[in-house]
Amino acid sequence: MTTTITTTPTVPTPRRIDPAAAVARTTSHSSLRETWTETMAMAWRALKKMRRKPEQFFDVLIQPLLFTAMFAFIFGGAISGSVADYLPVLIPGILAQTALTVCMATGVQLREDMDKGVFDRFKSLPIARIAPLAGPMIADLIRYGIASVLTLVTGLAIGYRPGGGVLGCIGGVLLTVFAGWSLAWIFTWLGTMARSAQSVQGISMMIMFPLTFLSNAFVPAETLPGWLEAFVKVNPVSHVVSAVRDLFNHGAVTAEVGWAVVGCAVVVAVFAPLAVRSYSRKM
Amino acid sequence: MADLSAVRADGLVKDFGDFRAVDGIDLHVRQGEIFGVLGPNGAGKTTTLRMLATLLPIDGGHAEIFGVDVRREPHRIRQLVGVTGQYASVDEDLTARENLWLFARLQGLTSTRAKSIAGDLLERFGLQEAADRPLSQFSGGMRRRLDLASSLITHPPLIFLDEPTTGLDPRTRGQMWDTIRELVTDGSTILLTTQYLDEADQLADRVAVIDRGRKVAEDTPDALKTQVGESTLQLSLVDGSDTALAAGVVRRLLGEDPVLTPESGRMNVPLPDPNRAADVLIGLREAGLGISSVSVAKPTLDEVFLALTGHGADDEPQMEAAR
Ligand SMILES: Nc1ncnc2c1ncn2[C@@H]1O[C@H](COP(=O)(O)OP(=O)(O)OP(=O)(O)O)[C@@H](O)[C@H]1O
Ligand SMILES: [Mg+2]
Repeated sequence: MTTTITTTPTVPTPRRIDPAAAVARTTSHSSLRETWTETMAMAWRALKKMRRKPEQFFDVLIQPLLFTAMFAFIFGGAISGSVADYLPVLIPGILAQTALTVCMATGVQLREDMDKGVFDRFKSLPIARIAPLAGPMIADLIRYGIASVLTLVTGLAIGYRPGGGVLGCIGGVLLTVFAGWSLAWIFTWLGTMARSAQSVQGISMMIMFPLTFLSNAFVPAETLPGWLEAFVKVNPVSHVVSAVRDLFNHGAVTAEVGWAVVGCAVVVAVFAPLAVRSYSRKM
Repeated sequence: MADLSAVRADGLVKDFGDFRAVDGIDLHVRQGEIFGVLGPNGAGKTTTLRMLATLLPIDGGHAEIFGVDVRREPHRIRQLVGVTGQYASVDEDLTARENLWLFARLQGLTSTRAKSIAGDLLERFGLQEAADRPLSQFSGGMRRRLDLASSLITHPPLIFLDEPTTGLDPRTRGQMWDTIRELVTDGSTILLTTQYLDEADQLADRVAVIDRGRKVAEDTPDALKTQVGESTLQLSLVDGSDTALAAGVVRRLLGEDPVLTPESGRMNVPLPDPNRAADVLIGLREAGLGISSVSVAKPTLDEVFLALTGHGADDEPQMEAAR
């Protein structure tokens, strides 16, 4: 390097710093507006990173394509009699599963990120403690969006004809994105708690598999033994899947849609504060 | 508010499990000064700074920065202190310009203002050419400069610098020193840590020496140095058993005891004046004591330590509990 630090004062009138005035200017916490700006700045950072590391998109690109086609042709005949009959059941299920996979990545990536030196700076800056958590989750909305649209398009390509029409599909995708974003708070909380990214991955798997497979995502709940059916019915993923089915296949905003939204809101209300608390304490 | 201390910390304590990393440290930093915290590896410098910067919870004691309670009002403290950690805390996946822009936005500057501040800082720290390159291509010195620049975005009245020049080459080190001095002329107060007495000497108005989590001395660099002599005559005797005799000669000539180092037959003689070295050498020859090597050196941290604590700075503290 041939650069040097210029020692000549570049500012003509050196700005005198007055500590008493600085103390008087301080605020005891970030206002809502500041919190929003800070969250968006963190979202910008997450987007920049996504653009520089496109391999992050691997899961949201491959999974919808592969799983939709695979599940349709393997289980279609067995479960619904034919592939075409199975698609209305399957597509919303795959959507939910893909959204959960993205959620899991949110937690793992947050943990990895938090171990980096730059998090020391984020912690030393006067920003709302929720911003470093919520920022990446806003950027992740794009990932949920891509995954949902891709799943739907794959379905259409292999013969799915949603009865709910364009509006129903838009509604279903929006609900999936919202549900993914809400459930991601659980994994974000895990990310702030766990010791390493690997352990987040492990624990998340243990949560994700029961949530998706012990739901009505791939099979009708009525075909299951009683005790399993009971769990499947309280599983929030089941409600999201049913709601998305109603929207896609009938274009109907049913009670299931309401339950799905309420369930997701409850998850956010519980896990967002937990995550922020655990993140603030980890310093 | 005029005579408010920049930092007023009393009896700071930090425990990691059973291991007490900081054991009742008091620090009083006046406004507008450069205050140095000097200590060997593991002394607790970083831990102390991190507690004051709200990056670690304070386990005991009390700390105020410009009169604001660190424990009770962390958000205010974060608005008053710019922190440059021991390891660069910048985002490796962004460019230098993007890093500065992000940190400025996070501190409430508008996007345009953030852009212009980022530009100014890149210029001031000689990083314009590298501004849009990924940080993975940055040298250690460039990273440090970017890290320091990141701490100055809002002109904080207090700046923490944790070992700002460790690992820098001598030229870059000198530039960093100049930059630090400039910050004080702008009206900032600086609390820095270092392992080098000469750095503290160059920069600091006052120095606290810490060792194993305790403060063992606090003074101006000059006063600390005179405790061990302006410079030191390092002697090796041919015959280790002559040590006591040689010490007697030194005492008679200079009125002070030499500091014996752990190696047999070696001693450091504090010299009030480098010219007195000749007197000692002549005295030893007259006493018939053979010298195998001799040199005159400025005092090092190690000697300050030996003088202040009776053990060297290199002795690793016992940390059964910590590891
Ligand atoms: N998170 C931690 N958990 C356990 N022990 C720790 C932790 N952080 C620091 N320590 C211990 O506390 C002691 C003081 O560490 P600290 O990093 O403050 O030293 P330092 O003076 O900054 O040293 P250096 O010059 O090497 O940076 C060390 O013995 C270290 O091992
Ligand atoms: Mg340190």
